[in-house]
Amino acid sequence: MSTDGDGRRPGANGPGGGERRTRRDDRAERLVVAAFTVSIVGALILAVVYIAGGQAQLEGVALALALGGIGLGIAVWARYFMAADEVVEERHALASTEEEVTAFTAAFEAGEQTLARRGLLAKLGLGALGALGLAALFPIRSLGPRPGQGLKNTAYGDGGRPLRLVDADGVPIRPADLSRSSLTTAWPEGHEHDADASTLLLQVDRERFRPLPGREDWVVGDIVAYSKLCTHTGCPVGLYQTELDLLLCPCHQSTFDVLNGAEPVFGPAARPLPQLPLDVDEEGFLVATGDFSAPVAGGFWDRGRT
Amino acid sequence: MTAAGALTKATPLSRRTARWLDARLGAASFVRKALDKVFPDHWSFLLGELALWSFVILIATGVYLTFFFDASVEEIVYQGSYVPLQGVEMSRAYASALDLSFDVRAGLVMRQVHHWAANVYLATTVVHLMRIFFTGAFRRPRELNWLLGVGMLILSIVNGFVGYSLLDDQLSGTGLRIAYNIAISIPVGGTWLASLFFGGEFPGPDLIERLYVIHILLLPAVIIALLGAHLALVARQRHTQFSGPGRTERNVVGERVWPTFAAKGTAAFFLTAAMLCALGGLAQINPIWLYGPFRPAEVSAASQPDWYMGWLDGALRLWPSWEIRAFGFELPTPFYPSVLLPGVTFALLALWPFLEARITKDRREHHLLDRPRDRPLRTALGVATLAFYTVLFFGGASDVLAVTFQTSVNALFRAFRTALLVLPPVAGFVAYRLCRELARRDRPGATDEAPAVAPAAPEDGASHRRAIEPEDEPERDPASTAGVPRG
Repeated sequence: MSTDGDGRRPGANGPGGGERRTRRDDRAERLVVAAFTVSIVGALILAVVYIAGGQAQLEGVALALALGGIGLGIAVWARYFMAADEVVEERHALASTEEEVTAFTAAFEAGEQTLARRGLLAKLGLGALGALGLAALFPIRSLGPRPGQGLKNTAYGDGGRPLRLVDADGVPIRPADLSRSSLTTAWPEGHEHDADASTLLLQVDRERFRPLPGREDWVVGDIVAYSKLCTHTGCPVGLYQTELDLLLCPCHQSTFDVLNGAEPVFGPAARPLPQLPLDVDEEGFLVATGDFSAPVAGGFWDRGRT
Repeated sequence: MTAAGALTKATPLSRRTARWLDARLGAASFVRKALDKVFPDHWSFLLGELALWSFVILIATGVYLTFFFDASVEEIVYQGSYVPLQGVEMSRAYASALDLSFDVRAGLVMRQVHHWAANVYLATTVVHLMRIFFTGAFRRPRELNWLLGVGMLILSIVNGFVGYSLLDDQLSGTGLRIAYNIAISIPVGGTWLASLFFGGEFPGPDLIERLYVIHILLLPAVIIALLGAHLALVARQRHTQFSGPGRTERNVVGERVWPTFAAKGTAAFFLTAAMLCALGGLAQINPIWLYGPFRPAEVSAASQPDWYMGWLDGALRLWPSWEIRAFGFELPTPFYPSVLLPGVTFALLALWPFLEARITKDRREHHLLDRPRDRPLRTALGVATLAFYTVLFFGGASDVLAVTFQTSVNALFRAFRTALLVLPPVAGFVAYRLCRELARRDRPGATDEAPAVAPAAPEDGASHRRAIEPEDEPERDPASTAGVPRG
């Protein structure tokens, strides 16, 4: 079976190769010896580094030496000292012969007929398996709650009464706490960990700000509040270009015009950031008089249905 | 048992073990055939092997990490040795990942090798897939193995994403939130799907625990099963080979498994492992301590996913802000680039062997590989497809590129959107012309050995001369003549 093929690379151990050693073989052998030695040294270094308290870079290098030494040693060994002459092997047909296929089909169909003789039982058995499969789907229902109004509402709309806006530590916010050049993130009081209720409080240039029709009283002085979650895929819209009054989402670069109802002006977002109706309570703290103007974050199939 | 086979005290242990096993398994002749199997040699056949070895390293380092990682979202106050985060509230998952990085000896190197191995595994898998595509190795009888490969690719991309999402840092949390919004964008069942998977609204109380089971049990088990079948099919159908002298559709020319191919494979494993350990030790990857624990209201600028998710991120960015609304229902923007596009991508990829067979009406068995130049249309199509996904990939880094090159993101978006439409046909056309030109230059040589055969359909090996003859022949001759015999 073994042939010399096209006479390519007669192996050192191949027929006729015998025990003749060449300078090239010697060099290769020394290389293998060196590689395996490096590997052993690498393993020792690893042990020493570990015992001395560990150090990620040295551990990586030591591991690389230990593994690479073995790899290089075997590679050189295989390259120079293992039969490299090409061997030709016949490929046998993958498909079975016609007789084999016929015999198989006959055997299978014979079994099928045995089953078919009790056809009702077979049908009932399949029905039972199907019912079992359907029944097995029910436990999946336990994995999570029905997606109800949660996606459409936030804590701001829960109580039906004005809720104070607070910072991450739960401290209520006064209009005077805000400044023109910075973003303030706020939450409804008591819900500082709600992922869907984070709110941007912005102080805008009242001269240029154009409230949307019907939302003239949603601002307090020059303070306006929008949902912090991008209407594309729900990333926090965390970058504020003050001089342009643009909010930028760092995830996919959707850009919203603060002065014009946070309408998207660039990028993949299709809808404005929902606005939050603001007011101040008798103690002078900012409150939200209702929920956002629309469901927050990314869109979904029945977002527009109530 | 014959007298020659009788065991004596002098019989080596290995032979006694072999006999003990064979008496119980009767596997001697099967294993002998396996040792004699012949594997053709070509550098590009190593790509799949590199993916396999990276996967082995993934499993080995991954098992180590499971002993320390705590997949829990329970909030604790960090007390570990990384000073900047001491006293900060965070989940147990993130805290245990910090401990792995700072307080478990050899933990950081294992974490980084694991992450590098994931990136290299997917990179070599994708390049392996390109090799299979451009050489037509997916044709009959190997369509099933193509399907297994595509299946593994999809599951591995998912498992890579799930893996780096476990750590509950700011970056991974942002990725999960995007994933949640993609899930709810699916029409009709999307919100149900998201609620069942996340255990409620994002972030969901059980998410990390669930992802953990998926990452270390469910997906690896399926991938290992598919991998086993993938390799079994290679053994059953034998490896393909490039055409060359003595190589036909009816033979396999190469090296025997034992010992040459086995030794080379073992060497490849150790060298892959060495490279990954060097990367894991010296090249920092996913420094979660810089990102901080996940806070839903925060995000870091320049949030970038791992490379194999880049094309999806790019598609999300570059897709126009289209939303279809009718009868109070809507198809939100993310649905098209992140559900429809990958769906179509992987469906076309999986079906390609069948589509090509239908187009070319070539349903014969093929064991000789095509050279890309001999199939200019397929090559052009592949290059155009690669160009498309490469533009998407770079589109996913638009913000980073804008900062690096001091340009506006808006201008970059326009450039990328244009490139997405223009570059694929241009790249495909250039590839087509290159193929035709290269094939034309080959033609005189091809007539040496066989009467003119249609160059686009090399059926037997003789019609194509190998471009490179045995590479080390010239160097061996002087060595064996000039070498001084010793010993």
